[in-house]
Amino acid sequence: MSFSITEPSNRQKWIAGVLVIAYALITLMPLAWIIATGFKTPADAIAYPPKVIFEPSVEGYVNLFTSRSRVTPEDLAALPPPETFYDEIVRQYDMVITGPSKYGERFLNSIIIGFGSTFLSVFLGTIAAYAFSRFKVPLKDDLLFFILSTRMMPPIAVAIPIFLMYRQLGLSDTHLGMILLYTAVNLSLSVWLLKGFIDEIPIEYEEAALIDGYTRFQAFYKVVLPQAATGIASTAIFCLIFAWNEYAFAVLLTSGTAQTAPPFIPTIIGAGGKDWPAVAAGATLFLVPIMVFTILLRKHLLRGITFGAVRK
Amino acid sequence: MAQIIIKNLRKEFGAFTAVQSSSFTVEDGEFFMLLGPSGCGKTTTLRMIAGLELPTSGEIYIDGAEVSQKPASQRDIAFVFQMFALYPHMNVRKNISYPLVSQGMPRAQVRAKVSEVAEILGITALLDKPVSGLSGGDRQRVALGRAIVRDPSCFLMDEPLGALDAEFREHMALELRALHDRMGATTVYVTHDQLEAMQMGDKIVVMNHGIVEQFGKPQDIYDWPATTFVAKFIGSPAMNLLEFNDVAGNGATSVRLNDAAIDVPEILSGTNGKLTFGVRPEHVHLDDAAPYRGRIIASEYLGTTQIITFDTPLGAVKARIKADVAVRIGEVTGLRFDSRSISLFAPNGHALLSKANQKVLSHG
Repeated sequence: MSFSITEPSNRQKWIAGVLVIAYALITLMPLAWIIATGFKTPADAIAYPPKVIFEPSVEGYVNLFTSRSRVTPEDLAALPPPETFYDEIVRQYDMVITGPSKYGERFLNSIIIGFGSTFLSVFLGTIAAYAFSRFKVPLKDDLLFFILSTRMMPPIAVAIPIFLMYRQLGLSDTHLGMILLYTAVNLSLSVWLLKGFIDEIPIEYEEAALIDGYTRFQAFYKVVLPQAATGIASTAIFCLIFAWNEYAFAVLLTSGTAQTAPPFIPTIIGAGGKDWPAVAAGATLFLVPIMVFTILLRKHLLRGITFGAVRK
Repeated sequence: MAQIIIKNLRKEFGAFTAVQSSSFTVEDGEFFMLLGPSGCGKTTTLRMIAGLELPTSGEIYIDGAEVSQKPASQRDIAFVFQMFALYPHMNVRKNISYPLVSQGMPRAQVRAKVSEVAEILGITALLDKPVSGLSGGDRQRVALGRAIVRDPSCFLMDEPLGALDAEFREHMALELRALHDRMGATTVYVTHDQLEAMQMGDKIVVMNHGIVEQFGKPQDIYDWPATTFVAKFIGSPAMNLLEFNDVAGNGATSVRLNDAAIDVPEILSGTNGKLTFGVRPEHVHLDDAAPYRGRIIASEYLGTTQIITFDTPLGAVKARIKADVAVRIGEVTGLRFDSRSISLFAPNGHALLSKANQKVLSHG
């Protein structure tokens, strides 16, 4: 597969390389700053002028994962010597660790809700897209347009009705409620993306499987699904990115049991308003799962973004 | 192996009728061609035999059992697709063994069977290769392998040579026919190429607009077309068709073409009105004494023969004559028609029954 008519010259390659690196540096800057801030002390984090060179500290991460309370210097002196490095860090500030913070729970909620709704969106999307692609569905075009039309306004526009409905149905602040909500938002994207991919799979493969003695479902499962793997993977990434990063609904509909990490992270900053390293640490860790997921599926993602543009 | 009987088969897609009411029989072990222009319903007919489309009405018997409403997986047939439809995520061996796996055949037996088939097709060396890198001909062989591996009751092929380049088609056509002769399997083969149909088929069905125009042996169809459509579709160049007004009575043995009396085989079902006179180019001879005359307007040299085009009072006529006969463009000469080989068609396009074609046309 070649996109250029002529091979680019070395100089052109050089210029392209420099541009790409410059662009990468600009976009990675905020990310690098967040990661760096996670390893600063609270004092370094708000220092002016900003510190580019600093002595790394894990204080942010300790604060992120712990709840602490202040004690008098006398009480602190009366305590037995600190057993661990994090005890030691906390005691510098006349504080003791009283227990774990809620970050772990919120992070787990994000994983359950993010991956749960992604799985559901892709599962339902694949089945629906297959049906739209292969069967005579009455009013097919109208249905497809209707499905797409659910994305024509920002989802948050229906926040109030959903808030009221969820309260009535007892879905507020539940995992199920958030999974259903994100699935509903993602499903239209998922159906449309996957229909495009399934349309590209020649129907003869399934017919060959039917002739070879397989049932329609077996043909779908054994022949269509492996062919659609690329589409499914890239759709899954798009769905996960949305569900993972969603903030507005999470603020509105969750407060405790089912609260995800995005609305929780800003609350870490605490009463003093100085704990930027903990916030940065929370944000850094929050990036990790989606980065891993995307890197694992990156080949599919590239093909997913350009799908339809290049015929195999 | 099996006999296939098609009775009054009909298929509608909404308001469009793809197949009107087809009836024909494929005898056990026959190499049977479904021939027609694109959109004539031949592929739809084949897909109905396969079970990939269900007929609107009519019956299909495979080996005596009525199967028209059964799914493809229960019909015990093999289908070779035009674009081969090899499973792209499997290698050659897996592709060929896939139909056996669905039957739950033990693994050792599958292996043995696949090697046997690969041996027959000469693709043993390719077994562990992915299908994506194969050439057209090798893909074709793998598709055939997948078809023959489970000894189905019949083979259905949808223009299997259509995706190959011309040079290779000839070769695969011979290979296919040889494979058929070796296995003796009933084969139904769809093509739009009349040469391919005549070259390979034991019998041909010619379809047009969802209607079976004629059904029979290649030579019978070539010599005695049942309709003007068949006369035009089969043969290259096609049969000469000249329209004229005359009365062709029962028992008549000649017709008048623009005042020239031409002998024809004795007519058994006479009619009158706008008739069509049909003669194959090889049955047109140059004869200065003949009463029907034409002016030479073109000649095409084909090696052993040449095709001469005449301008005649009733339209252009082509003659296939020996290449060494010298002809001059613009020359006016008489055309003698081989009277035993002439077909006459009624105003509705159907051939008039004559002493010569009655054996071929009376059965249907």
